[in-house]
Amino acid sequence: MTLVSTQAFDAALVEEIARDEQAKALSFFGEACGLSAALLPILHRLQDTFGYVDDQSWPIIARVLNISQAEVRGTTSFYHDYRHAPAGRHVLKLCRAEACQSMGVEALVDHLRHHHRLNAGDTSADGGLTVENVYCLGNCALSPAALFDDRLVGRLDKARLDALVAEAAR
Amino acid sequence: MSAVRIFVPRDAAALSVGADDVAKTIAHEAKLRGLDVTLVRNGSRGMLWLEPLVEIETARGRIGYGPVRAADVASLFDADLLDGKSHALCIGRVEDHDYFKRQQRLTFARVGVIDPLSLDDYRAHGGLVGLEKARVMTPTAIVEEIVASGLRGRGGAGFPAGIKWRTVLEAQGPQKFIVCNADEGDSGTFADRMLMEGDPFLLIEGMAIAGLATGATRGVIYIRSEYPHAIATMREAIAIARRADILNARFDIEIRVGAGAYVCGEETSLLESIEGKRGQVRAKPPLPAHKGLFGCPTVINNVLTLAAAPTILAEGGKAYAEHGMGRSRGTLPFQIAGNVKHGGLFEAPFGLTLRTMIEEIGGGTASGRPLRAVQVGGPLGAYFPESLLDTPLDYEAMAAKAGLLGHGGIVVFDDTVDMAHQARFAFDFCAIESCGKCTPCRIGSTRGVETIDKITQGQNVEANIALVKDLCTVLTDGSLCALGGLTPMPVMSALTHFPDDFRRNTLRAAAE
Ligand SMILES: Cc1cc2nc3c(=O)[nH]c(=O)nc-3n(C[C@H](O)[C@H](O)[C@H](O)COP(=O)(O)O)c2cc1C
Ligand code: SF4
Ligand code: FES
Repeated sequence: MTLVSTQAFDAALVEEIARDEQAKALSFFGEACGLSAALLPILHRLQDTFGYVDDQSWPIIARVLNISQAEVRGTTSFYHDYRHAPAGRHVLKLCRAEACQSMGVEALVDHLRHHHRLNAGDTSADGGLTVENVYCLGNCALSPAALFDDRLVGRLDKARLDALVAEAAR
Repeated sequence: MSAVRIFVPRDAAALSVGADDVAKTIAHEAKLRGLDVTLVRNGSRGMLWLEPLVEIETARGRIGYGPVRAADVASLFDADLLDGKSHALCIGRVEDHDYFKRQQRLTFARVGVIDPLSLDDYRAHGGLVGLEKARVMTPTAIVEEIVASGLRGRGGAGFPAGIKWRTVLEAQGPQKFIVCNADEGDSGTFADRMLMEGDPFLLIEGMAIAGLATGATRGVIYIRSEYPHAIATMREAIAIARRADILNARFDIEIRVGAGAYVCGEETSLLESIEGKRGQVRAKPPLPAHKGLFGCPTVINNVLTLAAAPTILAEGGKAYAEHGMGRSRGTLPFQIAGNVKHGGLFEAPFGLTLRTMIEEIGGGTASGRPLRAVQVGGPLGAYFPESLLDTPLDYEAMAAKAGLLGHGGIVVFDDTVDMAHQARFAFDFCAIESCGKCTPCRIGSTRGVETIDKITQGQNVEANIALVKDLCTVLTDGSLCALGGLTPMPVMSALTHFPDDFRRNTLRAAAE
């Protein structure tokens, strides 16, 4: 199971990742390739490496791709996936979309709030678990669904939810 | 005696209910008993309520057991599962199961049957025939075969695929691209995911055919980040296809991972996203077919559209067009989801009614309570009441009832649903996911949420309902794309078909 990385910010590593992804984009797209084509892959790798995208990465990425810092910031802030601060050791993405609503996900949201004192966006006091909203995980026939790190969970109920919260606290 | 083959799906839905544990336990139990078994991790057959569905290959065919928990495995072996003898969980030959027999599987013919990452399996089950035919055809002949099939885009808008390919073929440019839209953001849909996890070479073959048809040498599959399993399987399949020289410098494919924005499923927003920008919708024209990715002529199609191409090339466009009804030709992999007993993937020609799909095939609600509403076509689709269940599932028939078919997702709700709450969610979702370009979508959606809150609190109910209707008109008329433009569909359908849910306060007061 993948834990969320908590590696400390490292400017040299950011630059290395940016250069690597830019080289890959150029070799695949060839002459047509736009300046910022590598940006999403870079941001994804930064989040995988550090658990979030640190503001200090912006000038480094901008320099490597030869675009403005405003463009880097603009793209980063547009997408729901990118965190701007470190997360807990585990992340639970709870699906809040319609099929999961039809099978009672809102009762699970209430349970998390009242029983575990966790709302969407919160990280537990021990830093074990961050809870986030997501809209559809493609598991709508076995809803309610959640993604616990990279593990998809179907037919989620209070007991399974409690077990995941306990697992994250270990 | 050769090893017995046992199939345990690797599909994410199967994994979500414990398929990995079951596979591990089977391997362990077989070893303890000194039995020679080969475990195959197949895709899912799509009967998702039976997952994990374990299959044993016998002389009589593949016998299924499901849903199997790790704790059931020992008893399966005790019942002599290797001979396919019955057990409480035995469903008999999988292909004889009613849910399976009633389907017409063209696109999903191999899904659940083969090992998704075995190129030998793929070839042995008819794979690569379409591409081999296309290799000796002219681009124009390939395009005309797609035109003849009547294939319409499976991503929602239903635009004829052949016309789009023809436009890109005729466009001039030093570089052209094939972009596969695997953003599948609609609630209630998972066909793209199941296909990528269960038969990834089919998508690769379809994109390679599109490349030959249009002169594109590069393809990109944009997969949403919510699908880590599909991403991993597609990556492996691409690596295998490169080693087998199916992908090479003449046509190669890269994967791009989305970043949690629903609007990036809209084709121009998706292109912006691949280019590393904010996923803001572009005004059309220019069409992506003329100026798409990095300004180059680009085919952008849904996973299922591209995955239909190999079958069309292999069997001929005419044969494909023989399925379906009206202007909706071929088959659609429907997805039955939400509060339904037998949820799953059901590939069938267009034209079955919603009632057949939900009551006969889906077995009614999972809760056993009466059905109250069905949302078809994702978050921008209409909510239908029971009285509209006899509507046939095809693009035009759904539109005639102020609904849409979209990507074929069907989400069932029982009588505990509060339709004012669902209308509020539609506005809220639009507010969360808006790309921000149009004011009605960006601001109006939040006004919509606030106004519905006032209605449910009983404040000036009729005046506020009129305000919501006005807001819907503004959204319909003043939106650049369907996110803002179609949010009125779920809202208005809730208001039209379920008026009492918006007047609970008034009705309660009147009763007292
Ligand atoms: C808000 C919005 C979201 C969309 N999401 C998807 C999607 O997830 N997958 C998809 O294939 N098409 C989606 N579409 C439709 C695409 O814009 C486009 O019509 C489609 O990719 C074209 O491919 P097709 O002709 O093969 O369907 C979406 C459209 C809008 C307006
Ligand atoms: S309708 Fe909404 S999502 Fe679509 S372009 Fe306008 S602001 Fe963006
Ligand atoms: S709606 Fe929750 S998984 Fe699709």
